[in-house]
Amino acid sequence: MSTALEPQTSPEARPGLGQDAALRRAGDWARRAPLLPALIFLIIVTQLPFLGTLIISFMNWNAYYPDEVGFAGFDNYRRVLTDVTTRDSIITTIVLTASVVLVSLVLGLIIALLLDRAFRGRGIVRTMMITPFLIVPVAAALVWKHALYNPEYGLFNGVLTWIFGENAPQPDWISTMPLTAVVASLVWQWTPFMMLILLAGLQSKPLDVIEAAKIDGCSSWQIFRHMTLPHLRQYLELGALLGSIYIVQNFDAVFTITSGGLGTANLPYTIYQIFYNAHDFGRASAAGVVVVIGTIIIATFALRTVSSLFRQEGAR
Amino acid sequence: MRRLSMRTVLLSLVVLLTTTACAGWGGGVGGGGANSINVLMVNNPQMVDLQRLTAEHFTKATGITVNFTVLPENDVRDKISQEFSSQAGQYDVASLSNFEIPIYARSGWIAPMDPYIAQDPAFDQDDILGPMAESLKGPDGQIYGQPFYGESSFLMYRKDVLDAAGITMPEQPTWQQVADIAARVDGAQPGMAGICLRGQPGWGQVFAPLTTVVNTFGGTWFTADWQAAVNAPEFVEAVQFYVDLVREHGEAGAPQAGFTECLNNMIQGNVAMWYDATSAAGSLEAADSPVRGKIGYAPAPVVKTPSSGWLYAWSWGIQEASEKKDAAWQFVSWASSKEYEQLVGEQIGWSNVPAGKRASTYENPHYLAEAGAFAEQTKRAIETADPRNPGVQPRPALGIQFVGIPEFPDLGTQVSQEVSSAIAGLVTVQEALDRGQELADDVAERYRSRAEGES
Amino acid sequence: MTATLEAPRTAAPPVNPPARNATGTLLTILAWVIGVLFVVPVLWMVLTSLHSEENAATNPPSVFAPLTLEGYANFFGAQTGTSPWPSLLNSLTASVLSTALVLVLAIPAAYALSIRPVRKWTDVLFFFLSTKMLPVVAGLLPVYLIAQSIGMLDNIWLLIILYTSMNLPIAVWMMRSFLAEVPVEVLEAASIDGCTLPRTLRTVVVPMVLPGIAATALICFIFSWNELLFARVLTATVAQTAPVFLTSFVTSQGLFLATVCAASVVVSLPVLIAGFAAQDKLVQGLSLGAIK
Repeated sequence: MSTALEPQTSPEARPGLGQDAALRRAGDWARRAPLLPALIFLIIVTQLPFLGTLIISFMNWNAYYPDEVGFAGFDNYRRVLTDVTTRDSIITTIVLTASVVLVSLVLGLIIALLLDRAFRGRGIVRTMMITPFLIVPVAAALVWKHALYNPEYGLFNGVLTWIFGENAPQPDWISTMPLTAVVASLVWQWTPFMMLILLAGLQSKPLDVIEAAKIDGCSSWQIFRHMTLPHLRQYLELGALLGSIYIVQNFDAVFTITSGGLGTANLPYTIYQIFYNAHDFGRASAAGVVVVIGTIIIATFALRTVSSLFRQEGAR
Repeated sequence: MRRLSMRTVLLSLVVLLTTTACAGWGGGVGGGGANSINVLMVNNPQMVDLQRLTAEHFTKATGITVNFTVLPENDVRDKISQEFSSQAGQYDVASLSNFEIPIYARSGWIAPMDPYIAQDPAFDQDDILGPMAESLKGPDGQIYGQPFYGESSFLMYRKDVLDAAGITMPEQPTWQQVADIAARVDGAQPGMAGICLRGQPGWGQVFAPLTTVVNTFGGTWFTADWQAAVNAPEFVEAVQFYVDLVREHGEAGAPQAGFTECLNNMIQGNVAMWYDATSAAGSLEAADSPVRGKIGYAPAPVVKTPSSGWLYAWSWGIQEASEKKDAAWQFVSWASSKEYEQLVGEQIGWSNVPAGKRASTYENPHYLAEAGAFAEQTKRAIETADPRNPGVQPRPALGIQFVGIPEFPDLGTQVSQEVSSAIAGLVTVQEALDRGQELADDVAERYRSRAEGES
Repeated sequence: MTATLEAPRTAAPPVNPPARNATGTLLTILAWVIGVLFVVPVLWMVLTSLHSEENAATNPPSVFAPLTLEGYANFFGAQTGTSPWPSLLNSLTASVLSTALVLVLAIPAAYALSIRPVRKWTDVLFFFLSTKMLPVVAGLLPVYLIAQSIGMLDNIWLLIILYTSMNLPIAVWMMRSFLAEVPVEVLEAASIDGCTLPRTLRTVVVPMVLPGIAATALICFIFSWNELLFARVLTATVAQTAPVFLTSFVTSQGLFLATVCAASVVVSLPVLIAGFAAQDKLVQGLSLGAIK
């Protein structure tokens, strides 16, 4: 990222090996101490439930049949991994997350570039742009579903009627392109988030070097491609990482807009359905554990090999 | 950069925290005194009216404060099932339906009401319509719930539009007749579709009317010996008919249309007919409804059965883990009483009365004056509903528009998503029902093995 | 060409100067158009909230229908007799307290991952991140059962604790980036001047990363305020939060659009105000290298 901050003391510089080891241990603990409250808090509040989920995933537990509760081995996992509905929802989750993250990154980048230059009313435009992110997500989903997409009285079809008159096409947006409809509403909410991150990146780019390049006769496109974009790389990665984490978990939009129907059921929704409709706690927990394992594998791969977020500071 | 002094920041933070902390988080709602109960209910208009009238009439008279949690139907069902299955005791009363009550009664999650009824003759249990009371009994024959309002289903149609087209609705229409009428009035007025039928996914959305259609076409979800029959010829024929009808002469946005969308369509004059719950009539005949007085009501269309209306009652159940069952009964008794109906009639309007549960309502001259257009049809629809034998063959479980087993919401919802896709034209009916058959077979298999285990 | 290198380059302006040519105007118009397009759904939501229920559900949409406060009246209790203030207060309490708790925990933790890092700090960061990988929905049942057994159902403190754990990972990530930008020379200069570590932190470091703290606090506040699933499942009558109260207006029987839009406006208002007031800080704070 930037100037690496070297540790204040380096063990090699000190004399006396035994004393050195003890001092180093004390130093290690002094470093860990500020971390411990947050770490312990998080471990207790998140790992206890995760342990519970893990245990339940090995049980056969249906709320309506309390007499049949028992150990089930890997049965639930087998059902989760072979069930067509779950497999479909895995694919839907991947498609949904990838679409929303990529589209909102690209849109966010374009808008951030536009907002990087001063112009009349820039502050107003920026305020308008961040508004979608500040609307409560369930409220936004409701507005999209009923006030915008509704084929009878929604704004989209109304605008079509204004433009094209009485015989305007009045498509049923949600029924004809359900996943796109959900993606559109999520992109609307998350583009401001990406835009803010990228705008921050743009406003921290090294201007003196760029000025030099301009004076040397580089075109805007060349400057963008060879200087701005590499500088933005870690911001793009940060946006993609945070966006993915939040959008994989997204539940409100799918629940509200399509009730999980028409092929838009993503993993959180499917797990919710197994919990609350089927009351099959064991299977739902198994699905949750599968999601965790899958995400950790993907995230490990992404962060350790592809991303530069960790790499530059490995020397600490 | 402006340097806010640490002091100012800390001070403002402390002030903010103390004010919010002293505000007493949520204390205003009434944190459960000795004489208060918690009620969890769906946010239907009749319940919203109840919420509004409770403080002044119930609390003043009995001193019992009622704290309501009101949620949309899907959300409230989920919350109720979590609450009752874990017996958390957070709520004393909940708005269950005649689907959950027999199941919850068997699991011991709700309290039997017979002792309370015996001590409360003013409640007049006999006044409750027969099929309603029957559907709210547990396996031991005791009553476990009291209906708040009940409904069946019938066909609502625009008399003026049909008259203008020279059509008379038969006394007991068949589905084929209805399809023909829909074809003829489709487009009779600009932007008007022939009929509105639900298409929204959900075991209680599209499958409420659709299962009644299946029943009367001779189909069934399960045979008496627990064989799944979702892709049997009769079931397929029924669903194909429904899907074709709604695709050819139905409303726009059918795959997303639930009760509200169709109600809106009917009120706005976007459709000429609508097959749905009898409780819709109240909204259609409301004082400010543009179609007031223009709607005719015909019994639910049939094919092979004498009647096909469904039976549904939003009812009150008292949680077994509740520690305030006496107060809870007082609330239930008041909310489902004749006096409450009178109160609503006088204060809000006679068409808002939570009807469909008591015979006396249908003899009340005030009510009949307002609801005369549909009162008789509603009562007849409820009385001819038979949850034990709604179709042409015996069933393994109770229910007309549902199958009274705990697995049905999940099964029904999953299959309904396929049917919704068929309505949207994304899959064929046969594909949708073949997939439904797989899912239903999973459920049936477990019941078969349980039945074998017992025999 | 080389002659122009003599021109002074030290006073570089912080932003590109406005171009007064056709491209510049075009870009300005484009920015405005996109901005307006993004805000139209919100404007439509506000407009609909000011219409009566019937006018809110017409086709074509009636833009110029008479304005009414009916939706807001319904939200504030005309229909149901219940007031939204307890829910709003609960949301405020939960969001503010959990954000405060997050900052108290995250800033030291971030310090231990940047200025004086522990070994294996990448692993620790990864662990923090991994706690967000279990779908909330899957962990709901154990949380519910644990809460039930310790009697914490329908208690605002349960939500505060859960929201803290929900936001802690991103807060640690963000604060770590900001603290990593503090130049080591500043810290060394302070210690040479005789400042103890806590004093250094208080008088030197924290003011430098204040935009970052503000940005982190804002993000945590937004996510806590908007949270719906935990609140709906774990609260009953006493601790109900604003988003749950909002959903209670979505009925499957009858018209509700104007009331829901009014409810959405009111429930989103605190976040909107906080976001607008702090958007400068947000941009500044998210800039991972602005302090240089």
